[in-house]
Amino acid sequence: MTKDILKSTLPVLFGYIPLGMAFGILFQDLGYPWYLATLMALFVYAGAAQFMIIGLLIAGAGLTEVVVSTFLINSRHMFYGLSMLTQYGHWGLGKVYLAFGLTDETYSLLTTVNPKDASKKRQYFLMVTMFNHSYWIIGCTLGALLGSAIEFNTQGLEFTLTALFIVLVIEQWKKIQELTPFVIALIAAGVALLVSSEQMLLTSIVLSVALLITNHIGRPS
Amino acid sequence: MSNLEHILVVILLMTIATFITRIFPFIFFHRHKEHPVMDYVAKYTPPMIMSILVVYVLKDVNFSTDTGLYTIISALVTIVVHLWKSNSLLSIFSGTFLYMFLLQI
Repeated sequence: MTKDILKSTLPVLFGYIPLGMAFGILFQDLGYPWYLATLMALFVYAGAAQFMIIGLLIAGAGLTEVVVSTFLINSRHMFYGLSMLTQYGHWGLGKVYLAFGLTDETYSLLTTVNPKDASKKRQYFLMVTMFNHSYWIIGCTLGALLGSAIEFNTQGLEFTLTALFIVLVIEQWKKIQELTPFVIALIAAGVALLVSSEQMLLTSIVLSVALLITNHIGRPS
Repeated sequence: MSNLEHILVVILLMTIATFITRIFPFIFFHRHKEHPVMDYVAKYTPPMIMSILVVYVLKDVNFSTDTGLYTIISALVTIVVHLWKSNSLLSIFSGTFLYMFLLQI
């Protein structure tokens, strides 16, 4: 099981380590001790928000702005849980952790790749979530510890996440075999890009879910 | 507030704000999770979000530059290898290695 999980989370490892390191390097540049980057990776665990906060810290933003921007940049996650409502089982510490760790990449893996042994689904969910979380913690910590002292050529390694999402779209296609969600997604993404490139992710997700529900209600049953 | 205290408060606030967004659906829709519309949403959201994420990671690529060309080639290789072998790791790494190679030569 551990081997399978390591295998399916490997693309996330290769995405999170350099990305986390990039964050760690930028963060320690602000003059903070390295362990604060670890703390942030451990408790905040949100890539986009962590990069955003570097800008806010430099600009000397107020705490209200910190809360509002973090909330807005992460509000797309409200839609991720919708697919996991019946999957995560009963309330408990495990479920709270699973909800906490539902990043873009974890969500993508959990909704696409099924565990070989269906009876161990929850354990599979927990381990994928934990593995991904630990890759992020390691990346952020390494970056902050080593700082800009190291020069290694990982240029382009971030393509793993692009490739991961591409592969998962194909896997989703194999699973669903219907054009509707893909067409809706492209329409929503196109419209969102026209409206605001900065808020594209949230705008397109809200729009696509709205279109999806409208499409469902409009269909003769 | 000292600099250390300030950043600790920032981390605490970010933790709470992020966690609220992630726990929200589980609390808010807890009693409606068996509703047929929720079933439908649960089934079709992943392919939509995955497609949106692909557009998202590509949106800042300037396709008229070399990097843009490398991105297109590597994405195509990822797709072809995946359709051919259906091995996720193989597809992801062949696309990524190609991209890194093209970018670094």
